Amino acid sequence: MSRQSIELSGISKSFGPTQVLKEIDLSVREGEFLSLVGMSGCGKSTLLRIIAGLELPDDGVVEIGGENVTSRDPADRNLAMVFQSYALYPHMTVRQNIATPLRMRMLPLAARLPLLGRLLAPRETLSQIDAAVEQAADTLQITHLLDRKPAQLSGGQRQRVALARALVRQPAAFLMDEPLSNLDAKLRAHMRDELAALHRRLGATFIYVTHDQVEAMTMSDRIALMIEGRIEQLGTPDDLYRTPATLSVARFIGSPTINLLPAEVTADRQVTVAGMETGLHAEEGPATLGIRAEDFHLASTGMPARLLRAETHGADRFLTCQLMAGDGSVVVLRQSASDRPSADADGKLHLRFAADRVHLFGADGRRRPVYVGGKVAA
Amino acid sequence: MTLTATFEASARPPARSVPRGLVFVLPAVLLLLAIYIVPIIVLAGFSITDYRLGAMNWDFVGARNFTAAFADPVFIRALANTALYAAIVIPAGVFIALGIALLVYGRKSSRAFWETAYFLPVTATLVAMATVWQFLLHPSLGPVNTAITWAGFDPVSFLGNPALLIPTMALIGVWQVLGFNMVLFLAGLTAIPRDLHEAARIDGAKSPIDRFLTVTWPMLGPTTMFVVVTTSISAFKVFETVAVLTKGRSGSETLLYALYLEGFEYSNTGYAAALTLIFLAIVLILSIGQTLRMDRKVHY
Amino acid sequence: MLRFLPHVVLAIGAAIMLLPFYWMALTSIRSPAEIFDISLWPIPETFSGGQNYAQAANTVPMARFMLNGVIVCSGILIVQVLTAVPAAYALAKLQFPGRRLLMALVIAALCVPMQALALPLFVGLAKANLLNTYFAQMAPFFLSVFAIFLFRQSFRSYPDEIIEAARMDGFTEMEICWRLVLRGSLPSLAAFSVFSVVAHWNDLYWPLIVVSDMAIAPPPLGMLFFSDVETGANYGALMAGAAMITAPMIVCFLLARRSFIAGITMTGVK
Repeated sequence: MSRQSIELSGISKSFGPTQVLKEIDLSVREGEFLSLVGMSGCGKSTLLRIIAGLELPDDGVVEIGGENVTSRDPADRNLAMVFQSYALYPHMTVRQNIATPLRMRMLPLAARLPLLGRLLAPRETLSQIDAAVEQAADTLQITHLLDRKPAQLSGGQRQRVALARALVRQPAAFLMDEPLSNLDAKLRAHMRDELAALHRRLGATFIYVTHDQVEAMTMSDRIALMIEGRIEQLGTPDDLYRTPATLSVARFIGSPTINLLPAEVTADRQVTVAGMETGLHAEEGPATLGIRAEDFHLASTGMPARLLRAETHGADRFLTCQLMAGDGSVVVLRQSASDRPSADADGKLHLRFAADRVHLFGADGRRRPVYVGGKVAA
Repeated sequence: MTLTATFEASARPPARSVPRGLVFVLPAVLLLLAIYIVPIIVLAGFSITDYRLGAMNWDFVGARNFTAAFADPVFIRALANTALYAAIVIPAGVFIALGIALLVYGRKSSRAFWETAYFLPVTATLVAMATVWQFLLHPSLGPVNTAITWAGFDPVSFLGNPALLIPTMALIGVWQVLGFNMVLFLAGLTAIPRDLHEAARIDGAKSPIDRFLTVTWPMLGPTTMFVVVTTSISAFKVFETVAVLTKGRSGSETLLYALYLEGFEYSNTGYAAALTLIFLAIVLILSIGQTLRMDRKVHY
Repeated sequence: MLRFLPHVVLAIGAAIMLLPFYWMALTSIRSPAEIFDISLWPIPETFSGGQNYAQAANTVPMARFMLNGVIVCSGILIVQVLTAVPAAYALAKLQFPGRRLLMALVIAALCVPMQALALPLFVGLAKANLLNTYFAQMAPFFLSVFAIFLFRQSFRSYPDEIIEAARMDGFTEMEICWRLVLRGSLPSLAAFSVFSVVAHWNDLYWPLIVVSDMAIAPPPLGMLFFSDVETGANYGALMAGAAMITAPMIVCFLLARRSFIAGITMTGVK
């Protein structure tokens, strides 16, 4: 049951005069971990809330498992959601928190009333609920916390309770709205691994909203990168990293940020940067050349540059250099910390880049084909 | 932990502000002595004497004022009247206010309008408004009774029938307190995170009743507690309506009115002091839990 | 249809809540002959507003009552603020012996209603021959433990770094208290002022005890005198009097709804 596909078509939503979602089409496969990534205000949370049923789209259709649920109540969509704030009921114990989704579905209204309800609830249903709660708690290793209240828990423990509440029933999909953003860096990295492991174990459909590209890159099967209410690119983390469809995607994905150099493609289809020929060929016109830090290397010849600073981060060293030709762009180069930064005494060095891994974007920001000596390079 | 400790240590004011602090609180301390501490001691003193204002001689009478109070039919009646008044005002004033707050909270554009309309009675001078109510409830001239007879019932003598005096005043009390309680509940409702309501909806709480029971009502717990306490304290302090509408006739005295008569009309200072201490004990019992809660917050 | 139900329920409730105000305003402009008219039509056949208001203002010195109200309320408020602000600042930001004891006393005093202190205060004022003075009306309220508590909570959030920087810049402690810290708590000050003025404008209990001279009576006491004088004889004038006394607070409320509600609610929240 907890593997359902989700299909969005033509979803639009405006708040007042601002259109936050513009005809979004997206299909999430069964059992897939899909991340919605983008800067704040790109519409990713709104899209998730529309899937959950917490917002109604102005236009478009939401289908879960092939059924149209566009105007269905959130309670009837069989989804589970983990909120950024965790949204645990502060007056309930952890056990009661986890049991709530089951009590709502398995007990009649009368049996859910305070005091009186306890008498009316059928015994066997209650023990079924108990067993499910225990199992969910066991999965997330929080059995020892069951009788505490949320206020007595740490951030990471609350996170687990929120997850347990989500997985206690088998939902069609799990929706997560920046669930790790309230944790400190170390715990966040740890929970990232746990979430990925949980996804593999459950094989359930996960839709995960985050502004952190590292989270998205490490956990997702596919990423939908959203910019200004549109899905800019949908693909595997590798796709987005290796073949960014637009300049915006290239800028968003990857750390350090991709180096972008203004380029010109001459009438004889030569790509030139800072007045130098690169040996690349493309359609004529102004363009931007994108080169990732690891695709630069130092050489005895190449683009002359001046070393501004070198920072060693464990195994990697990042060299910040200013090109000595053209507009003097500053680029970042990554090398292994064991390599020597081969600069002259006056800090001068030469840069080369892997021609088959560069990205060329036209004036419209779209990716353009590049050829290396007649072969398509990227 | 270490970080916080250092922070607090550095945030502590330097030792040389010792005398300055005392100068700053001096006026308040003197007034506290003059207005609270000395009067309470004097009050306790009065309560064990038969002192009458203006009298030359007085004697210690021990606890006799207190035993007399509980044997005094007027005082017992005042106590019973006040209890009846509170028994009407507390549930009606709290639950109707909660209902109004829930309705008003859901309105977006018209919220300010409803808030204003329901809050207006809180600001009005009760003495003046009690006079208006007297007119509204007049057996023959008032519109309320006209409406009642129009609906085919016998006119009700709200302020004539002794049995109806306290309930009538309680209705006015509810009228005055609703807006205040509504605003407190609205503040409580605003403080409930939106996420919780949404989590409940996703968890399957479809009907508003479910959402109310799962989120709203438990989350309003502290607010409700506070509203009940303030409403009961103000119910035990009912005075203006009695002073304007009945002046205690037909056995309609309330606690504070009986106290007022003994202390200030009849000048039975010693006896009135005993009544005051009983009144104070009731108010303290009502407010103690709330105050301890507040105290805990202060020390955090 | 179901969508409008909340509005319908609220409208009926609001009509009941506002009926007394409407009836007061309506009757205050009706002639004695029309008082018996129970219709709610807002325009009277003969407009007697001028006559009713004149009678209310002439039978008893209404203007005098209002002026007394202004004097008493502003006197109380000024002394309350002058005493509570430094005390609250010291409790929030300064270290001195007895600080915890004073805070405990302030909290304890919060539970003691004024009515419980009335008797000894009355005896004291009587002994000092101070009954029937403005001072007697104001004195018991000079210290507001509520104000101390409220301002202390509000001052506590003022950053210590700024206070320390100000000390190094040569500000005196008084200047820090009044010019910096209080400046940061102006909403609290506004809300407390509203709370204080409403409470004392509307108070009947204490004036009834210490005032018998009509010349210094505040509005509620004046209203009580007036309704005793006018027992049922002329409802139009009675309602005109009630309207005059109620109007200032209602007008203030309508003008400053937000800080008004904040002020009244502050007795509670937190």
